Amino acid sequence: MMSDDGIRSTYRSYHEWFSEQDNRRLAKKSAQAEALFKRTGITFNVYGQADAEERLIPFDLVPRIVSNSEWTKLAKGIDQRVRAINAFLHDIYNRQEILRAGVLPKKLIAENDAFLPQMIDFSPPGDVYTHIVGTDIVRTGEDDFYVLEDNARTPSGVSYMLENRETMLQMFPELFSKIRVQNVSNYPKNLRRSLEACAPASCDGRPTVAILTPGIYNSAYYEHSFLADQMGVELVEGHDLRIVDGHVAMRTTQGYRTIDVLYRRVDDAYLDPLTFNPNSALGVPGIMDVYRAGNITIANAPGTGVADDKAVYSYIPDIIEFYTGEKAILKNVETYRCSEPDALKYTLSNLSELVVKEVHGSGGYGMLVGPAASKRELSEFAEKLKAHPDNYIAQPTLSLSTVPIFTKKGLAPRHVDLRPFALVSPDGVDITPGGLTRVALKAGSLVVNSSQGGGTKDTWVLED
Amino acid sequence: MQLQISHTTHYQYDKPVDYALQRVHLRPMNMDIQEVNSWALEIDGGRIEASYKDHYGNHSDLISTDPGVRTLAITATGIVTTRDTSGIVGKIYGRAPLWHFLQTTSFTVAGPKIRALSKIVKQSDDHLSGLHALSSAILESVPYKLGETDTKSKAEEVMGIGSGVCQDHAHIFIAAARAAGLPARYVSGYLMMNDRIDQDASHAWAEVHLEELGWVGFDVSNAISPDEKYVRIAVGRDTRDAAPIKGMRLGDSDETMIVSLQVQQ
Repeated sequence: MMSDDGIRSTYRSYHEWFSEQDNRRLAKKSAQAEALFKRTGITFNVYGQADAEERLIPFDLVPRIVSNSEWTKLAKGIDQRVRAINAFLHDIYNRQEILRAGVLPKKLIAENDAFLPQMIDFSPPGDVYTHIVGTDIVRTGEDDFYVLEDNARTPSGVSYMLENRETMLQMFPELFSKIRVQNVSNYPKNLRRSLEACAPASCDGRPTVAILTPGIYNSAYYEHSFLADQMGVELVEGHDLRIVDGHVAMRTTQGYRTIDVLYRRVDDAYLDPLTFNPNSALGVPGIMDVYRAGNITIANAPGTGVADDKAVYSYIPDIIEFYTGEKAILKNVETYRCSEPDALKYTLSNLSELVVKEVHGSGGYGMLVGPAASKRELSEFAEKLKAHPDNYIAQPTLSLSTVPIFTKKGLAPRHVDLRPFALVSPDGVDITPGGLTRVALKAGSLVVNSSQGGGTKDTWVLED
Repeated sequence: MQLQISHTTHYQYDKPVDYALQRVHLRPMNMDIQEVNSWALEIDGGRIEASYKDHYGNHSDLISTDPGVRTLAITATGIVTTRDTSGIVGKIYGRAPLWHFLQTTSFTVAGPKIRALSKIVKQSDDHLSGLHALSSAILESVPYKLGETDTKSKAEEVMGIGSGVCQDHAHIFIAAARAAGLPARYVSGYLMMNDRIDQDASHAWAEVHLEELGWVGFDVSNAISPDEKYVRIAVGRDTRDAAPIKGMRLGDSDETMIVSLQVQQ
């Protein structure tokens, strides 16, 4: 809701505080925040930038504020989507009722690179596939939220949610006594509890959780080590693990110790060289055998990427209805599947107004933002589209809402999205009130991906 | 027919091995056409870490070596009663959908030579006779010969080499059947040859799915459909899914493998 002075009511208290601040003091704070991030080592490797291996993601000190009632609706919508996606994955790897019913074209599964035959005829512990989900949401109007991507595979960025809050608390403690913001700091504890609740039935006693990282050269290594530290669990690499007594076990100073739940940040293809890419040195040979024998939980489950396919995304409202009998609470962005001749025709003739994405892509790579593209880029992309239409979907350019960021010249509007994090276990879906707000720092830009030069800000969900 | 099988795979390493894994398919499935009367898997120099059914319903075991071993012996022994169904396995389905068996794999890519062969199936009056004709045509252009190909040879490549073993025949047959639009799969197992007890190696053949009959087996190498002298062990889209043994080991030791296989009545 906006008042006469153009301030959203959720921002009223913050705005009062902000107008009393001295701009120079804030600029200094902003520099302090950056120094703080550098010290903790929170950096991000940007793929495709040869000269900048590691880079700090810019942090904006103006929080993005969400009211309690907005959040309640969002959380309900995410809960519904996440439950439907888990039911969908179980179905796809077992009875495939949704294909038999003709709700989803078989082709989308048969030709889906993320579909893993090795998951057929198997139920992971607790029937949970997506232990951690980071749903990307954008807002286009007062009550209009759209889901951009479900990120059921390996959502990253939760460390920013936690670090951004920590930084805000350190820099502006007075703000948090003035405004009541819901806590996010329980996330690591909740993550550990949620993962423990997914331990295999064969596990007795308190489950041992570990995080598997590809190692220090991975762009998200900071997050892996941060989470391990915050959760109080071991951070391991493939070469630390082997199969011992029927379990995956890690080398410790007291010999090998069984792992019950492995939160792996290694992609499916590299997870088990005995099963998938034989040249992988990042994975654990035999882990899929132990998995199918019921002696370890792999989070997220292998093969969940099927749900992240952008052509499958376009069917999520149908998927929700098929498995829950309910209408989707959160909207999908209208999606033209270029595999369909009419959609391809429409896309080609409206290319300059559309966003075109690769169906298997992620991280904002290989996509075309029509309104921002040059004539040449448009015609080159049109050729790619015509050559491999199945590879693409197109979406209208949304008029994303803006939120204020702090600049040298004062507050300025920028486009944002929001990635809340949901934890799934047999005990239910737990959504942390907050998330990662990514902001396009260039005026007018719609691309918020950190790999494409976006920044982040703290996300506040207000108490009542 | 009651078949008695003893199958030992013996690994010898030139240096002590710290850690090695073998994923094995060495337990026959119980089904309408074959009844497993008794079966045992024994490991010398290692242990079974996991026993489970894989995504095709194959009995699978993961075996690890004991630390520092120089030899590992895996022995499967047992008795299986088989029936002759003229190669018809029937309408028995696991969870893996039929379309999955239409998909090509790196071993079963149909190049120009295999696509040409697959026309035999399309041109025949019915699929069954077409597939038998295909089987004969493959054996004619790729006669059985040891040592010309290896376990990594791809179907189309073998067509160029001009001779091969049962694995190659099965791959070519599968590739051609899929190119003709029929779901096809690879089968590994045992075959009792009439003239001998000691067999050179475990056997491989193919199965194709036909609307009317369900799955039907074709053994290109022996120019027949499997009868009561065959024991099915594992299926998959190609040898990588169904091979009896697949392994990895840490370190730089070299291994020698000796297989001893007896199949008798």
